[in-house]
Amino acid sequence: MREVYLDHAASTPVDPRVVDALSPYFREQFGNPSSLHRKGIEAERGINVARAEIARAVGVEPAQVFFTSGGTESNAIGILGAPARGRAAVASAIEHPSALGSARMRAGDGLRVIDISPRGTVDVEAFAAACDHEVAVATCMLVSNELGTVQPVREITERLRARGFRGHFHVDAVQALGKLPLSLPELGADSIALSSHKLHGPKGVGALVVRSGVSLRPLWGGGKHEDGLRPGTENAPGIVGFGRAAALATAALAEGAGARMAALRDLLVAKVMAAVPGVRESCPGAPRAPHIASLVFPNLEAEVLVHALEARGVYASAGAACASRDKTPSHVARALGLSVRDGMLRLSLARISTEEDIEIAAACIPEAVKAARP
Amino acid sequence: MIVCRYSEIFLKGKNRSWFERRLERNLRALLSDLPDARVERPHGRLLVHASDLEGALARLGRCFGLQSMSPALLARADIADLERVAIEGARAEWERRGQRGTFKVEARRADKRFPLPSPEIARRVGGAIHEQVGIPVDVHTPDFTIGVEVGADGRAFVFAKTVPGPGGLPVGTAGRVVLLLSGGIDSPVAGWMMAKRGAELRPVYFHSFPFTGDKTKEKVAQLARVLARWAGPITLRVVHFTEVQKALREAGPAELAVVLYRRMMLRVAEVVAKAESARGLATGDSLGQVASQTLENLGVIGEVATLPVLRPLIGFDKADTIALARRIGTYELSIAPYEDCCSLFVPKHPATRARLEDVLAAESKLDPAALASELFERSESIAMP
Repeated sequence: MREVYLDHAASTPVDPRVVDALSPYFREQFGNPSSLHRKGIEAERGINVARAEIARAVGVEPAQVFFTSGGTESNAIGILGAPARGRAAVASAIEHPSALGSARMRAGDGLRVIDISPRGTVDVEAFAAACDHEVAVATCMLVSNELGTVQPVREITERLRARGFRGHFHVDAVQALGKLPLSLPELGADSIALSSHKLHGPKGVGALVVRSGVSLRPLWGGGKHEDGLRPGTENAPGIVGFGRAAALATAALAEGAGARMAALRDLLVAKVMAAVPGVRESCPGAPRAPHIASLVFPNLEAEVLVHALEARGVYASAGAACASRDKTPSHVARALGLSVRDGMLRLSLARISTEEDIEIAAACIPEAVKAARP
Repeated sequence: MIVCRYSEIFLKGKNRSWFERRLERNLRALLSDLPDARVERPHGRLLVHASDLEGALARLGRCFGLQSMSPALLARADIADLERVAIEGARAEWERRGQRGTFKVEARRADKRFPLPSPEIARRVGGAIHEQVGIPVDVHTPDFTIGVEVGADGRAFVFAKTVPGPGGLPVGTAGRVVLLLSGGIDSPVAGWMMAKRGAELRPVYFHSFPFTGDKTKEKVAQLARVLARWAGPITLRVVHFTEVQKALREAGPAELAVVLYRRMMLRVAEVVAKAESARGLATGDSLGQVASQTLENLGVIGEVATLPVLRPLIGFDKADTIALARRIGTYELSIAPYEDCCSLFVPKHPATRARLEDVLAAESKLDPAALASELFERSESIAMP
């Protein structure tokens, strides 16, 4: 059975070129980057190359890049480490649990959750209106990990600036890097979170990129690593791999990988919609990242569909937005007009996805749907 | 050193040494990961030696058949040495209590050749402690009790603390039981209760892929692993149930579906029991908890079994079961939110009073005995350490 992996929004295989780049940092250049001798300097040099690669990928200076253990930690520092001005926080309803969790940790009952529109995007006016003088930190993701919709982040920053918002505006860009052209200066946010393993890099590494002039507080004490923002010996092999992965991803994007992914995604959606009656896209017509297809299957338990697909060698995800476990639709599901009986399936591609993958997956889905109906 | 006691009420005649040997074996197995633990069995007691007493006590707390345990000091079986060691033990306890409280001594003499009778031992040792350490005596309501036991082998023990054991009978002394294990709260507790009464567990899990994912199978395996901490090594049998479940649902009216599934599960459990020389089946049923657990349905379901169907939770409220599940260590696993999509197979309005003739009519379209054997043949086994 040929396996087709369409869960790249969850994680990706590491690019062999990335493995080649990072491997020496396990065995030869294994030193502690803080050490004064040559072994330390070699490791530090690798980190600096990676820092420059990440900086280039998002249009900033290397000094604005802080390496972390991944997306969750980057969101945590961007939200919990923001300088305090006020006690409230604002988050969109479709934030990743890591951003939502940190925002709730920071603000408690003072967390204001902004609903999304039926298109799957956050309402700019409502978001900006919630960001009053009591709000210390606001957070909105750039690409929804579940729906694939691109959130109007730039519009939000413009509105916030126009309103004189003085809090910190953090953006979770984990699903955007390598899929969309990404520039922190253009977004205008105060910080963005990135993760390596979503773009063929290793797990356990990510970055927080901070707008120049913005200062954040570390979440724990220790050494001067990462300019004191993230104390702890750097994960040099991971960081080197992340840098290489980001460079490869942006290069591929410049060569049209985004358009290719979008075309394959659209092909997949068209084939599934033609083959399975009643299926629709979660957010038709919304601006979307090229790699995520989010489909609604009426009267189907999404988790069962995932298992029926895995039995056929196709790996996908159930949309958590439906959260049908407690049999009440989440507010995202409500905003999209879904009922508790609708199942949401996420199929996510990568630049390595092929037309053959799509053909195989599209052929499997109708059978899997049949098998998933008890 | 820890003195372990077991109830002797059921230890009669030839059974006695068999029970004791099994208890000792189980105890050794539980302590096997403590590198320097040693077990000996002088008359009527089990003695555990280990440098990590807390760790040993925690493990003994999972050894069914033990009534109580006491960390103890060793003395020679002569009154002078007994006094010396008892003073040492009492002083330590007295210091631990911030030099507050009253005490008494309780003595027991396993060796009737010992020159002093038990009350006299207690009086002598208590007097010595009172004199040397200065702890006030209160024989009626003491704050703590110093225990003294004179063994038959020239040794004696002194202890200040007795912790209750889990009770029950040594696992393996009551024969084997096939446990219908799901990922829920009840069935692991039912298995634990059977193990507590000495049963060796042979759990069977019915897997309905793709309607339940393999994460649920993993979860059930983890539950079995927790049971194995109490009941010794366990092999989980996984029965792939989906196709038969579908056939059963097609065979009869929707409201009978659950009764048909449960009857098939018991049939498969009996095939397993036969293959593994088990003498009983156990389920987590509690009377009236859900539709399949009305007295009528339990009757119609149990009718397929020839072996006794044991339902240790039958009189439990859910809260009782949850409290026990927490103690056993299965609760947090059981409530982990992996889908139990069995709900997909459960009709909206299951019959609460299924009639046997309707059930038999539905089953007459199939060959239930052949299906049960087939399910057994195609099942897989997962060994738990």
